[in-house]
Amino acid sequence: MSTPLAVGPVIPNFGGGGSQGLTCVQQNRLFCPSWVSSNWSNVLWPALRQHIVLTVIAVGIGFAISLALAVLATRARWLERPVVAVAGILFTIPSLALFELLTPIKGLGLSVTTAEVALVSYTLLILFRNISTGLREVPADVREAAEGVGMTSGQILWRVELPLALPAIVAGLRTATVTVIALATVAAVVCNEGLGAPIFAAIQEDVFKTELIAAGLLAIGLAILADVLLVGLQRVLTPWARARSV
Amino acid sequence: MVFVDAIKFIFQNGPVAGDPSAPTLAHYTLQTLWISGIGLAISLVIGLGIGVTLGHLHRYSFFAVNVSNIGRALPSLAILALGDAFLGLGLTVTELALVILAVPVIVLNSYVAIDGVEGDIVDAARGMGMTGPEVLRRVELPLGLPLIFAGIRTAAVYIVATATIASLAGYNGGLGAIITNEASYHLSGVIGAAICVAVLALLVDGSLGAVQHVVTPRGLRLQAAAAAAGS
Repeated sequence: MSTPLAVGPVIPNFGGGGSQGLTCVQQNRLFCPSWVSSNWSNVLWPALRQHIVLTVIAVGIGFAISLALAVLATRARWLERPVVAVAGILFTIPSLALFELLTPIKGLGLSVTTAEVALVSYTLLILFRNISTGLREVPADVREAAEGVGMTSGQILWRVELPLALPAIVAGLRTATVTVIALATVAAVVCNEGLGAPIFAAIQEDVFKTELIAAGLLAIGLAILADVLLVGLQRVLTPWARARSV
Repeated sequence: MVFVDAIKFIFQNGPVAGDPSAPTLAHYTLQTLWISGIGLAISLVIGLGIGVTLGHLHRYSFFAVNVSNIGRALPSLAILALGDAFLGLGLTVTELALVILAVPVIVLNSYVAIDGVEGDIVDAARGMGMTGPEVLRRVELPLGLPLIFAGIRTAAVYIVATATIASLAGYNGGLGAIITNEASYHLSGVIGAAICVAVLALLVDGSLGAVQHVVTPRGLRLQAAAAAAGS
Protein backbone atom coordinates (compact mmCIF):
# COMPACT_ATOMS: atom_id res chain seq x y z
CA MET A 1 0.00 0.00 0.00
CA SER A 2 2.32 2.73 -1.15
CA THR A 3 -0.35 5.03 -2.52
CA PRO A 4 -1.07 8.19 -0.51
CA LEU A 5 -4.55 8.90 0.82
CA ALA A 6 -7.28 9.66 -1.67
CA VAL A 7 -7.79 13.37 -1.16
CA GLY A 8 -4.76 14.50 0.72
CA PRO A 9 -2.10 17.17 0.55
CA VAL A 10 1.39 16.40 1.80
CA ILE A 11 1.19 12.84 3.06
CA PRO A 12 4.60 11.39 3.83
CA ASN A 13 4.97 8.25 1.82
CA PHE A 14 5.78 5.80 4.62
CA GLY A 15 5.29 2.85 2.38
CA GLY A 16 8.53 3.83 0.73
CA GLY A 17 8.46 4.06 -3.03
CA GLY A 18 12.04 2.79 -3.03
CA SER A 19 13.53 6.19 -3.77
CA GLN A 20 16.02 7.73 -1.37
CA GLY A 21 15.18 11.39 -2.02
CA LEU A 22 11.87 13.11 -1.37
CA THR A 23 9.08 12.38 -3.80
CA CYS A 24 7.36 15.04 -5.86
CA VAL A 25 4.39 14.98 -3.48
CA GLN A 26 6.59 15.32 -0.39
CA GLN A 27 8.36 18.27 -1.94
CA ASN A 28 4.94 19.70 -2.80
CA ARG A 29 5.86 20.68 -6.30
CA LEU A 30 3.31 22.48 -8.48
CA PHE A 31 2.34 19.45 -10.55
CA CYS A 32 3.11 15.80 -9.80
CA PRO A 33 2.31 13.34 -12.61
CA SER A 34 2.94 10.50 -10.16
CA TRP A 35 0.05 11.70 -7.98
CA VAL A 36 -2.22 11.79 -11.00
CA SER A 37 -1.41 8.24 -12.01
CA SER A 38 -1.70 6.84 -8.49
CA ASN A 39 -4.98 8.69 -7.81
CA TRP A 40 -6.54 8.28 -11.23
CA SER A 41 -8.69 5.29 -10.34
CA ASN A 42 -9.84 6.45 -6.88
CA VAL A 43 -10.22 10.23 -7.31
CA LEU A 44 -10.06 11.57 -10.85
CA TRP A 45 -11.81 8.85 -12.84
CA PRO A 46 -14.85 8.64 -10.49
CA ALA A 47 -15.12 12.44 -10.58
CA LEU A 48 -14.92 12.48 -14.36
CA ARG A 49 -17.54 9.72 -14.62
CA GLN A 50 -19.88 11.55 -12.23
CA HIS A 51 -19.38 14.71 -14.26
CA ILE A 52 -20.39 12.94 -17.46
CA VAL A 53 -23.45 11.39 -15.78
CA LEU A 54 -24.52 14.78 -14.33
CA THR A 55 -24.21 16.32 -17.79
CA VAL A 56 -25.98 13.56 -19.73
CA ILE A 57 -28.95 13.47 -17.30
CA ALA A 58 -29.30 17.28 -17.30
CA VAL A 59 -29.14 17.61 -21.09
CA GLY A 60 -31.47 14.61 -21.52
CA ILE A 61 -34.18 15.94 -19.21
CA GLY A 62 -33.72 19.49 -20.51
CA PHE A 63 -34.09 18.21 -24.07
CA ALA A 64 -37.29 16.29 -23.30
CA ILE A 65 -38.88 19.31 -21.59
CA SER A 66 -37.78 21.75 -24.31
CA LEU A 67 -38.93 19.47 -27.12
CA ALA A 68 -42.36 19.08 -25.55
CA LEU A 69 -42.69 22.84 -24.95
CA ALA A 70 -41.46 23.70 -28.45
CA VAL A 71 -43.90 21.29 -30.10
CA LEU A 72 -46.70 22.71 -27.96
CA ALA A 73 -45.64 26.23 -28.94
CA THR A 74 -46.00 25.41 -32.63
CA ARG A 75 -49.69 24.63 -31.94
CA ALA A 76 -50.25 27.42 -29.39
CA ARG A 77 -48.16 30.41 -30.40
CA TRP A 78 -48.91 32.41 -27.24
CA LEU A 79 -46.86 29.90 -25.22
CA GLU A 80 -43.59 31.02 -26.74
CA ARG A 81 -43.25 34.39 -24.99
CA PRO A 82 -43.79 33.22 -21.39
CA VAL A 83 -41.57 30.15 -21.88
CA VAL A 84 -38.72 32.27 -23.25
CA ALA A 85 -39.21 34.84 -20.47
CA VAL A 86 -39.04 32.27 -17.66
CA ALA A 87 -36.19 30.30 -19.25
CA GLY A 88 -34.35 33.59 -19.84
CA ILE A 89 -34.57 34.54 -16.18
CA LEU A 90 -33.34 31.09 -15.10
CA PHE A 91 -30.49 31.32 -17.60
CA THR A 92 -29.42 34.74 -16.34
CA ILE A 93 -29.20 33.80 -12.65
CA PRO A 94 -25.54 33.04 -11.88
CA SER A 95 -24.90 29.35 -11.20
CA LEU A 96 -23.53 29.67 -7.68
CA ALA A 97 -26.56 31.72 -6.65
CA LEU A 98 -29.06 29.33 -8.27
CA PHE A 99 -27.55 26.26 -6.61
CA GLU A 100 -27.71 27.99 -3.22
CA LEU A 101 -31.24 29.31 -3.79
CA LEU A 102 -32.51 25.78 -4.43
CA THR A 103 -31.05 24.23 -1.26
CA PRO A 104 -33.70 25.46 1.24
CA ILE A 105 -36.52 24.03 -0.87
CA LYS A 106 -38.10 20.93 0.71
CA GLY A 107 -37.02 17.72 -0.93
CA LEU A 108 -33.96 19.24 -2.57
CA GLY A 109 -31.35 20.28 0.01
CA LEU A 110 -27.77 19.25 -0.58
CA SER A 111 -28.27 16.54 -3.18
CA VAL A 112 -27.68 15.48 -6.75
CA THR A 113 -31.34 16.34 -7.45
CA THR A 114 -30.67 19.98 -6.58
CA ALA A 115 -27.70 20.01 -8.91
CA GLU A 116 -29.76 18.47 -11.72
CA VAL A 117 -32.66 20.90 -11.27
CA ALA A 118 -30.29 23.84 -11.65
CA LEU A 119 -28.40 22.29 -14.57
CA VAL A 120 -31.64 21.40 -16.39
CA SER A 121 -32.89 24.96 -15.94
CA TYR A 122 -29.80 26.28 -17.72
CA THR A 123 -30.46 24.11 -20.78
CA LEU A 124 -34.07 25.23 -21.29
CA LEU A 125 -33.48 28.61 -22.93
CA ILE A 126 -30.85 27.29 -25.35
CA LEU A 127 -32.74 24.14 -26.32
CA PHE A 128 -36.23 25.65 -26.49
CA ARG A 129 -35.05 28.53 -28.65
CA ASN A 130 -33.15 26.29 -31.04
CA ILE A 131 -35.88 23.66 -31.36
CA SER A 132 -38.68 26.17 -31.90
CA THR A 133 -36.64 28.19 -34.42
CA GLY A 134 -35.86 24.98 -36.28
CA LEU A 135 -39.52 23.94 -36.33
CA ARG A 136 -40.69 27.39 -37.38
CA GLU A 137 -38.30 27.52 -40.31
CA VAL A 138 -39.74 24.42 -41.95
CA PRO A 139 -41.11 25.82 -45.24
CA ALA A 140 -44.89 26.04 -45.38
CA ASP A 141 -44.86 24.37 -48.82
CA VAL A 142 -43.26 21.28 -47.39
CA ARG A 143 -45.86 21.08 -44.64
CA GLU A 144 -48.68 21.51 -47.17
CA ALA A 145 -47.20 18.83 -49.40
CA ALA A 146 -47.10 16.46 -46.42
CA GLU A 147 -50.75 17.22 -45.67
CA GLY A 148 -51.52 16.72 -49.35
CA VAL A 149 -50.16 13.16 -49.32
CA GLY A 150 -52.44 12.44 -46.37
CA MET A 151 -50.10 12.58 -43.37
CA THR A 152 -51.62 13.20 -39.94
CA SER A 153 -50.23 16.03 -37.87
CA GLY A 154 -48.30 13.55 -35.72
CA GLN A 155 -46.74 12.01 -38.80
CA ILE A 156 -45.85 15.44 -40.13
CA LEU A 157 -44.12 16.30 -36.85
CA TRP A 158 -42.03 13.12 -36.64
CA ARG A 159 -41.34 12.48 -40.31
CA VAL A 160 -41.12 15.96 -41.79
CA GLU A 161 -40.76 18.80 -39.30
CA LEU A 162 -38.33 17.30 -36.77
CA PRO A 163 -35.92 15.88 -39.39
CA LEU A 164 -35.85 19.25 -41.15
CA ALA A 165 -35.24 21.05 -37.86
CA LEU A 166 -32.41 18.67 -36.95
CA PRO A 167 -29.46 20.98 -37.73
CA ALA A 168 -30.84 23.68 -35.43
CA ILE A 169 -31.67 21.09 -32.75
CA VAL A 170 -28.20 19.55 -32.77
CA ALA A 171 -26.62 23.02 -32.69
CA GLY A 172 -28.68 23.70 -29.56
CA LEU A 173 -27.65 20.38 -28.00
CA ARG A 174 -24.04 21.30 -28.61
CA THR A 175 -24.29 24.65 -26.84
CA ALA A 176 -26.34 23.18 -24.01
CA THR A 177 -23.94 20.29 -23.42
CA VAL A 178 -20.87 22.51 -23.29
CA THR A 179 -22.64 24.95 -20.99
CA VAL A 180 -23.72 22.18 -18.62
CA ILE A 181 -20.22 20.67 -18.51
CA ALA A 182 -18.89 24.08 -17.49
CA LEU A 183 -21.58 24.69 -14.87
CA ALA A 184 -21.47 21.17 -13.46
CA THR A 185 -18.08 21.97 -11.88
CA VAL A 186 -19.90 24.47 -9.66
CA ALA A 187 -22.53 21.82 -8.79
CA ALA A 188 -20.03 20.37 -6.31
CA VAL A 189 -21.18 23.04 -3.82
CA VAL A 190 -24.45 21.15 -3.40
CA CYS A 191 -23.66 17.52 -4.17
CA ASN A 192 -19.88 17.00 -3.91
CA GLU A 193 -19.85 15.11 -7.19
CA GLY A 194 -18.16 15.68 -10.50
CA LEU A 195 -14.88 17.37 -11.32
CA GLY A 196 -15.75 20.30 -9.07
CA ALA A 197 -15.35 18.06 -5.99
CA PRO A 198 -11.58 17.53 -6.25
CA ILE A 199 -11.19 21.20 -7.22
CA PHE A 200 -12.99 22.30 -4.04
CA ALA A 201 -11.09 19.79 -1.91
CA ALA A 202 -7.82 21.16 -3.23
CA ILE A 203 -8.86 24.80 -2.83
CA GLN A 204 -9.83 24.23 0.79
CA GLU A 205 -6.46 22.66 1.60
CA ASP A 206 -4.74 25.42 -0.34
CA VAL A 207 -1.36 23.63 -0.29
CA PHE A 208 -1.24 20.86 -2.82
CA LYS A 209 -1.99 22.00 -6.36
CA THR A 210 -1.75 18.87 -8.50
CA GLU A 211 -5.32 17.80 -7.80
CA LEU A 212 -6.63 21.24 -8.74
CA ILE A 213 -4.69 21.41 -11.98
CA ALA A 214 -5.53 17.86 -13.02
CA ALA A 215 -9.28 18.24 -12.36
CA GLY A 216 -9.37 21.69 -13.99
CA LEU A 217 -7.66 20.40 -17.12
CA LEU A 218 -9.97 17.37 -17.23
CA ALA A 219 -13.02 19.68 -17.13
CA ILE A 220 -11.66 21.80 -19.96
CA GLY A 221 -10.70 18.72 -21.96
CA LEU A 222 -14.13 17.15 -21.46
CA ALA A 223 -15.88 20.31 -22.68
CA ILE A 224 -13.74 20.54 -25.80
CA LEU A 225 -14.10 16.80 -26.51
CA ALA A 226 -17.90 16.98 -26.13
CA ASP A 227 -18.03 19.94 -28.50
CA VAL A 228 -15.97 18.10 -31.12
CA LEU A 229 -18.07 14.91 -30.77
CA LEU A 230 -21.32 16.84 -31.19
CA VAL A 231 -20.02 18.61 -34.30
CA GLY A 232 -19.33 15.13 -35.65
CA LEU A 233 -22.85 14.00 -34.68
CA GLN A 234 -24.28 17.06 -36.42
CA ARG A 235 -22.47 16.12 -39.63
CA VAL A 236 -23.52 12.47 -39.48
CA LEU A 237 -27.18 13.27 -38.74
CA THR A 238 -27.54 15.90 -41.45
CA PRO A 239 -25.74 14.63 -44.54
CA TRP A 240 -27.89 16.84 -46.78
CA ALA A 241 -26.48 20.01 -45.18
CA ARG A 242 -22.98 18.90 -46.16
CA ALA A 243 -24.02 18.00 -49.70
CA ARG A 244 -25.63 21.41 -50.16
CA SER A 245 -22.66 23.41 -48.98
CA VAL A 246 -20.19 21.62 -51.26
CA MET B 1 -38.46 30.00 7.00
CA VAL B 2 -35.06 30.60 5.50
CA PHE B 3 -36.25 32.86 2.68
CA VAL B 4 -37.87 35.25 5.16
CA ASP B 5 -34.65 35.44 7.16
CA ALA B 6 -32.76 35.98 3.93
CA ILE B 7 -34.95 38.98 3.04
CA LYS B 8 -34.39 40.32 6.57
CA PHE B 9 -30.66 39.87 6.07
CA ILE B 10 -30.84 41.93 2.89
CA PHE B 11 -32.83 44.75 4.49
CA GLN B 12 -30.47 44.84 7.48
CA ASN B 13 -27.61 45.32 5.01
CA GLY B 14 -25.85 42.03 5.75
CA PRO B 15 -25.10 41.94 9.48
CA VAL B 16 -22.69 39.35 10.93
CA ALA B 17 -23.49 38.18 14.45
CA GLY B 18 -20.72 39.29 16.82
CA ASP B 19 -18.81 41.28 14.23
CA PRO B 20 -20.21 44.79 13.79
CA SER B 21 -17.16 45.89 11.78
CA ALA B 22 -17.81 43.38 8.97
CA PRO B 23 -18.30 44.95 5.54
CA THR B 24 -21.94 45.59 4.66
CA LEU B 25 -23.98 43.83 2.02
CA ALA B 26 -24.02 47.07 -0.01
CA HIS B 27 -20.22 47.12 0.14
CA TYR B 28 -19.99 43.56 -1.22
CA THR B 29 -22.58 44.28 -3.91
CA LEU B 30 -20.69 47.34 -5.13
CA GLN B 31 -17.48 45.32 -5.03
CA THR B 32 -19.04 42.69 -7.31
CA LEU B 33 -20.21 45.44 -9.68
CA TRP B 34 -16.76 47.04 -9.61
CA ILE B 35 -14.91 43.76 -10.32
CA SER B 36 -17.37 42.97 -13.12
CA GLY B 37 -17.18 46.48 -14.56
CA ILE B 38 -13.39 46.41 -14.85
CA GLY B 39 -13.51 42.95 -16.44
CA LEU B 40 -16.18 44.02 -18.92
CA ALA B 41 -14.31 47.21 -19.85
CA ILE B 42 -11.09 45.34 -20.61
CA SER B 43 -12.97 42.62 -22.49
CA LEU B 44 -14.79 45.21 -24.58
CA VAL B 45 -11.57 46.90 -25.69
CA ILE B 46 -9.96 43.60 -26.66
CA GLY B 47 -13.07 41.80 -27.97
CA LEU B 48 -14.56 44.63 -30.00
CA GLY B 49 -11.10 45.53 -31.33
CA ILE B 50 -10.54 42.04 -32.70
CA GLY B 51 -14.13 41.26 -33.74
CA VAL B 52 -14.91 44.53 -35.50
CA THR B 53 -11.56 44.68 -37.29
CA LEU B 54 -11.79 41.09 -38.57
CA GLY B 55 -15.44 41.55 -39.51
CA HIS B 56 -14.69 44.72 -41.45
CA LEU B 57 -11.87 42.97 -43.31
CA HIS B 58 -14.02 39.81 -43.80
CA ARG B 59 -10.95 37.76 -42.92
CA TYR B 60 -9.90 35.02 -40.50
CA SER B 61 -13.49 33.90 -39.99
CA PHE B 62 -12.18 30.45 -39.01
CA PHE B 63 -10.18 32.05 -36.19
CA ALA B 64 -13.01 34.31 -35.03
CA VAL B 65 -15.66 31.58 -34.98
CA ASN B 66 -13.63 28.62 -33.71
CA VAL B 67 -11.55 30.34 -31.07
CA SER B 68 -14.79 31.76 -29.75
CA ASN B 69 -16.45 28.35 -29.67
CA ILE B 70 -13.56 26.89 -27.71
CA GLY B 71 -13.65 29.91 -25.42
CA ARG B 72 -17.29 29.24 -24.67
CA ALA B 73 -16.43 25.67 -23.73
CA LEU B 74 -14.05 26.70 -20.95
CA PRO B 75 -15.53 26.02 -17.50
CA SER B 76 -15.11 29.20 -15.46
CA LEU B 77 -14.37 27.38 -12.21
CA ALA B 78 -11.60 25.41 -13.92
CA ILE B 79 -10.06 28.60 -15.33
CA LEU B 80 -10.21 30.29 -11.93
CA ALA B 81 -8.77 27.21 -10.23
CA LEU B 82 -5.90 27.04 -12.70
CA GLY B 83 -5.27 30.76 -12.22
CA ASP B 84 -5.19 30.17 -8.49
CA ALA B 85 -2.78 27.24 -8.83
CA PHE B 86 -0.28 28.94 -11.11
CA LEU B 87 -0.50 32.62 -10.18
CA GLY B 88 -2.43 32.93 -6.92
CA LEU B 89 -5.92 34.38 -7.07
CA GLY B 90 -5.85 38.09 -6.37
CA LEU B 91 -7.84 40.77 -8.12
CA THR B 92 -5.54 40.76 -11.15
CA VAL B 93 -5.81 37.03 -11.82
CA THR B 94 -9.58 37.13 -11.24
CA GLU B 95 -9.85 39.90 -13.84
CA LEU B 96 -7.64 37.88 -16.18
CA ALA B 97 -10.03 34.93 -15.86
CA LEU B 98 -13.05 37.18 -16.49
CA VAL B 99 -11.41 38.59 -19.61
CA ILE B 100 -10.45 35.13 -20.93
CA LEU B 101 -14.07 34.01 -20.55
CA ALA B 102 -15.78 37.14 -21.89
CA VAL B 103 -13.62 38.07 -24.87
CA PRO B 104 -14.61 35.07 -27.07
CA VAL B 105 -18.34 35.89 -26.78
CA ILE B 106 -17.74 39.52 -27.72
CA VAL B 107 -15.40 38.63 -30.61
CA LEU B 108 -17.85 36.11 -32.06
CA ASN B 109 -20.86 38.43 -31.94
CA SER B 110 -19.09 41.54 -33.22
CA TYR B 111 -17.43 39.54 -35.99
CA VAL B 112 -20.71 38.02 -37.13
CA ALA B 113 -22.47 41.39 -36.83
CA ILE B 114 -20.02 43.36 -38.97
CA ASP B 115 -19.21 40.54 -41.39
CA GLY B 116 -22.93 39.94 -41.94
CA VAL B 117 -23.83 43.48 -43.05
CA GLU B 118 -25.24 43.11 -46.57
CA GLY B 119 -22.66 43.45 -49.30
CA ASP B 120 -24.98 45.63 -51.44
CA ILE B 121 -25.25 48.23 -48.70
CA VAL B 122 -21.47 48.34 -48.22
CA ASP B 123 -21.00 48.63 -52.00
CA ALA B 124 -23.51 51.48 -52.15
CA ALA B 125 -21.64 53.29 -49.37
CA ARG B 126 -18.36 52.86 -51.21
CA GLY B 127 -20.03 54.05 -54.42
CA MET B 128 -20.99 57.25 -52.62
CA GLY B 129 -17.29 57.79 -52.00
CA MET B 130 -16.99 56.67 -48.37
CA THR B 131 -13.57 55.50 -47.22
CA GLY B 132 -13.10 52.23 -45.34
CA PRO B 133 -13.24 53.80 -41.85
CA GLU B 134 -16.30 55.84 -42.86
CA VAL B 135 -18.09 52.71 -44.07
CA LEU B 136 -17.29 51.06 -40.76
CA ARG B 137 -18.38 54.00 -38.63
CA ARG B 138 -21.46 55.12 -40.53
CA VAL B 139 -22.78 51.93 -42.09
CA GLU B 140 -21.42 48.71 -40.65
CA LEU B 141 -21.38 49.64 -36.94
CA PRO B 142 -24.95 51.08 -36.80
CA LEU B 143 -26.33 48.07 -38.66
CA GLY B 144 -24.31 45.62 -36.56
CA LEU B 145 -25.06 47.24 -33.20
CA PRO B 146 -28.02 45.09 -32.13
CA LEU B 147 -26.03 41.87 -32.54
CA ILE B 148 -22.89 43.40 -31.02
CA PHE B 149 -24.94 44.42 -28.01
CA ALA B 150 -26.43 40.96 -27.70
CA GLY B 151 -22.86 39.69 -27.33
CA ILE B 152 -21.98 42.35 -24.76
CA ARG B 153 -25.09 41.42 -22.78
CA THR B 154 -24.21 37.73 -22.71
CA ALA B 155 -20.62 38.57 -21.76
CA ALA B 156 -21.74 40.88 -18.93
CA VAL B 157 -24.03 38.26 -17.38
CA TYR B 158 -21.24 35.69 -17.73
CA ILE B 159 -18.81 38.06 -16.00
CA VAL B 160 -21.14 38.71 -13.03
CA ALA B 161 -21.60 34.95 -12.60
CA THR B 162 -17.88 34.26 -12.80
CA ALA B 163 -17.00 37.12 -10.44
CA THR B 164 -19.19 35.35 -7.86
CA ILE B 165 -17.59 31.98 -8.52
CA ALA B 166 -14.15 33.56 -7.96
CA SER B 167 -14.87 33.30 -4.22
CA LEU B 168 -15.09 29.53 -4.53
CA ALA B 169 -11.60 29.51 -5.99
CA GLY B 170 -10.34 31.53 -3.05
CA TYR B 171 -10.73 35.19 -4.02
CA ASN B 172 -12.10 36.98 -1.00
CA GLY B 173 -14.31 39.74 -2.35
CA GLY B 174 -17.73 40.52 -3.74
CA LEU B 175 -21.03 38.81 -2.93
CA GLY B 176 -19.43 35.41 -3.49
CA ALA B 177 -17.49 35.98 -0.26
CA ILE B 178 -20.80 35.80 1.65
CA ILE B 179 -22.11 32.82 -0.31
CA THR B 180 -18.99 30.79 0.43
CA ASN B 181 -18.86 31.78 4.10
CA GLU B 182 -21.81 29.97 5.63
CA ALA B 183 -19.92 29.68 8.96
CA SER B 184 -20.21 33.44 9.61
CA TYR B 185 -23.36 34.28 7.68
CA HIS B 186 -25.51 31.17 8.26
CA LEU B 187 -27.82 29.84 5.57
CA SER B 188 -30.01 32.98 5.66
CA GLY B 189 -27.03 35.19 4.79
CA VAL B 190 -25.93 32.84 2.03
CA ILE B 191 -29.42 32.81 0.54
CA GLY B 192 -29.70 36.60 0.95
CA ALA B 193 -26.45 37.11 -0.95
CA ALA B 194 -27.56 34.61 -3.61
CA ILE B 195 -30.77 36.62 -4.09
CA CYS B 196 -28.66 39.77 -4.48
CA VAL B 197 -26.45 38.07 -7.09
CA ALA B 198 -29.49 36.87 -9.03
CA VAL B 199 -31.14 40.32 -8.96
CA LEU B 200 -27.86 41.99 -9.89
CA ALA B 201 -27.42 39.72 -12.93
CA LEU B 202 -31.03 40.31 -14.03
CA LEU B 203 -30.59 44.09 -13.63
CA VAL B 204 -27.35 44.10 -15.62
CA ASP B 205 -29.02 42.04 -18.35
CA GLY B 206 -32.13 44.23 -18.33
CA SER B 207 -30.29 47.55 -18.46
CA LEU B 208 -28.02 46.38 -21.27
CA GLY B 209 -31.15 45.19 -23.08
CA ALA B 210 -32.58 48.69 -22.73
CA VAL B 211 -29.34 50.17 -24.13
CA GLN B 212 -29.52 47.65 -26.98
CA HIS B 213 -33.04 48.86 -27.79
CA VAL B 214 -31.94 52.51 -27.74
CA VAL B 215 -28.89 52.03 -29.98
CA THR B 216 -30.81 49.98 -32.55
CA PRO B 217 -31.45 52.27 -35.54
CA ARG B 218 -35.16 53.02 -35.87
CA GLY B 219 -35.34 51.44 -39.31
CA LEU B 220 -34.06 48.12 -37.96
CA ARG B 221 -36.48 48.27 -35.05
CA LEU B 222 -39.40 48.69 -37.48
CA GLN B 223 -38.09 45.80 -39.57
CA ALA B 224 -37.85 43.56 -36.50
CA ALA B 225 -41.36 44.50 -35.42
CA ALA B 226 -42.69 43.77 -38.90
CA ALA B 227 -40.91 40.41 -38.95
CA ALA B 228 -42.34 39.51 -35.54
CA ALA B 229 -45.83 40.51 -36.60
CA GLY B 230 -45.51 38.58 -39.85
CA SER B 231 -44.32 35.34 -38.30
